[in-house]
Amino acid sequence: MVSSFGTIHIQFLLEGAVWTIILSACAFIGGGVMGLIIALMRISPVWTVRTFAAAYIQLVQGIPLLVLMFTGFFGLPAIGVPVSPLMAATISMTVWVGAYLGEFWRGSLEAVPKSQWEAAECLALSRAQRMFKVIIPQAVRNATPGTVGFMVQIIKNTSLASAVSFVDLTRAGQLINNSIFEPFITFVAVAVIYFLLCFPLSVLSRRLERRMARGMAKA
Amino acid sequence: MNNATENKPVIVLRDVEKSFGQVKVLHGVSFEVQRGQVTVLIGRSGSGKSTALRCIDRLETVNAGYIEVCGHVVTDPALELRKLRLDVGIVFQSYNLFPHLTIGQNIMLAPRSVKNLPKTETVELARACLEQVGLGDKFDAYPEQLSGGQQQRAAIARSLAMQPKVMLFDEVTSALDPELTGEVLKVIERLAAGGMTMVIVTHEMNFARRIADQLVFMHQGKIWEKGPGAILDAPQTPELQRFAAQEL
Repeated sequence: MVSSFGTIHIQFLLEGAVWTIILSACAFIGGGVMGLIIALMRISPVWTVRTFAAAYIQLVQGIPLLVLMFTGFFGLPAIGVPVSPLMAATISMTVWVGAYLGEFWRGSLEAVPKSQWEAAECLALSRAQRMFKVIIPQAVRNATPGTVGFMVQIIKNTSLASAVSFVDLTRAGQLINNSIFEPFITFVAVAVIYFLLCFPLSVLSRRLERRMARGMAKA
Repeated sequence: MNNATENKPVIVLRDVEKSFGQVKVLHGVSFEVQRGQVTVLIGRSGSGKSTALRCIDRLETVNAGYIEVCGHVVTDPALELRKLRLDVGIVFQSYNLFPHLTIGQNIMLAPRSVKNLPKTETVELARACLEQVGLGDKFDAYPEQLSGGQQQRAAIARSLAMQPKVMLFDEVTSALDPELTGEVLKVIERLAAGGMTMVIVTHEMNFARRIADQLVFMHQGKIWEKGPGAILDAPQTPELQRFAAQEL
């Protein structure tokens, strides 16, 4: 007996959406920490550190996220590291987000005028103090709109975790379709939920960007 | 303090050479600054005076020559820069206040994080430094809320809070409207009267003549004349003669 698309399916999709949000949050936190480390390494005065971070960024940006997911989910257990689907997806997303945010945040750090570095240096602040008390607070302001915008990419790309048996919104849609075979309405419903998750972030990002542009004009 | 250290110059530049790529900007620059003395570097834009000043605080590294400041050998590659910067304060043309911090926080940042002074003490210190530059009521203002002249005075207060032995001023009034220049120069003159050792790069010739114990005239990376403010009235070289005729 094939039932038609109904409340119970919506409920199942929303449960999937909750997991999408959880994975997105994990990816953002993990990737954020990774991105900060990579960004700081990219502007290190030590050549090897800088080059290592640059190589990491180039490497990750040259690999499809889906392949990173497979490497995490199938590859890690194969070398003796057991991982749950959520764990595998989080690790893969962290690696991926870290590379993109690292490169983006490096730009934001370097966009802080050199004269600010100089002023901080001449007050005898140590490199760490200059970074955390003078440069990063200003870079955060530059980077916020773009970072919020990138969160949209993170949410959409968590859908690839459905390929490693993580039951997120996309995978929930596939499971429903497998049982009731109503692909159009099912995936339209999935699409609508993704849109509702992403749209507010897009609006927020654009609003922050406009506010920043106004702030610049004033200063 | 014994006489030997008292008579030793606080700043020494000897045969300093500096190039940016192919362009040589300092050709054998030498001068000395005694304790409590005000030295003013004058010359046209591009004469090397700002570069010479920046070399004193190791914001530029020199290609040859010797620089010593408060006993620190600046030209020694192994110099601990932070020790040098504890003794030397510098104020820039573009103020370079930290825009995300209030004026009070700008001033307290270094005494708190570098000298580890307790909070209450740094608040008092910051208020005292702001009083000194006539900005006692701007403790909680943000830099963007102040005029250029006020921002520059706040920047001076920020340097003073570290209680440096030497103050460097790099064209600190060049970005200001003429009516705001005076208030900044007055602050510097008060510091001079208080016995602060200073090196000043400026285009304000009347101010230079008034304040300088030693005037240093630079042209095309070389020092042509140095002496008291009176050298402007009786130039010995055609270069200074031409410069003085134009500027005064």
